[in-house]
Amino acid sequence: MRKENNTTKPGRSELSSATRPAAGHSGSFRSTVRYAFLSSLPVMAGYLVLGTGFGVLLQDKGYNWLWAALMSVTIFAGSMQYVAVDLLSGGATLIAAALMTVLVNIRHLFYGLTMLEKYSDTGWRKPYLIFALTDETFSLVCSPDLPEDVDRKNYYFFLSLMNQCYWITGSIIGAVAGAALSFNSAGIDFAMTALFVVIFVEQWEKTKQHLPAILGIAVTVACRLLFGTESFLIPSMLGILAAMFLIKGKDKKGEGGNER
Amino acid sequence: MIDPVHSLLLIAVIAGVTALIRFLPFLVFHKGTPKTVLYLGKVLPYAIMGMLVVYCLKDISITGSTHAIPEFLAVAATALLHKWKHNTLLSILAGTVFYMVLIQLVF
Repeated sequence: MRKENNTTKPGRSELSSATRPAAGHSGSFRSTVRYAFLSSLPVMAGYLVLGTGFGVLLQDKGYNWLWAALMSVTIFAGSMQYVAVDLLSGGATLIAAALMTVLVNIRHLFYGLTMLEKYSDTGWRKPYLIFALTDETFSLVCSPDLPEDVDRKNYYFFLSLMNQCYWITGSIIGAVAGAALSFNSAGIDFAMTALFVVIFVEQWEKTKQHLPAILGIAVTVACRLLFGTESFLIPSMLGILAAMFLIKGKDKKGEGGNER
Repeated sequence: MIDPVHSLLLIAVIAGVTALIRFLPFLVFHKGTPKTVLYLGKVLPYAIMGMLVVYCLKDISITGSTHAIPEFLAVAATALLHKWKHNTLLSILAGTVFYMVLIQLVF
């Protein structure tokens, strides 16, 4: 859906209306930072809490706040870092970790595709903007309208940077607090399950095509029963890929019945 | 905690692959995206989230001492609360606390 937006959207005119061509740096620095901060407030709330959850989980597996900070600085991908806690504590192989990362983060390809044009002229900021393009940052930067006195490129930059700072801060708080507070943490792992259940429900409500979601569950349950807890993940991922191509073929047959 | 060197390698791989995926569109797909990639990008997120939910629950056992009742109750509670309130943080927090209460005090 986002891709369709991208191809039909008049990106150029949008760009020129957001930046005044005459002045290289339109918009005052101060109002840009201020606007970026205000826009980031909802993300601040979310990232502080989710980041804290990540830190607590990681700490619970014996990794201190330095590990949490390292991961939030270098990975900066929310759900993937929750999965990473499990990969780390379970001592996953590098191949399995790489495959898991591809599958969990494949959606980011489409954020990039959507932002190709908007980020095309951002200069030195561009590598960081691309690195820091999370779900939440994407949802903010892809909204089109900015006030007159805001510099678009700096807005993107500060917004991305602030969001990552919240995430890092949250994960350190979680790791430190988790270590300092002595409470019965049994069951706290469920935060990760709850996060994915919530995203699953959100996605379910956004589409009428439920077959991919159902197949995702069905294939994984089948592989879990067949291969056991240690080695079901890679078969599940391959099985899901195969299943997706299978239902794609069916779609084509249904549509293209009169093709030949 | 497992071997720190392997931990660092895992983090490097995860960080590297995540960055690669984020940079790929800017490096490769300037002009047109392969249809297969577009299709997978449309359907995979749904399937993968289903997979991740099952992955989180991989250690449950229907025949175990609690018959996986706390897990199913907590998943149902989280999903229903989210369908009702649509507040991500509330759903995660309440679902997790509910689960912790169940396994620590009830079962």
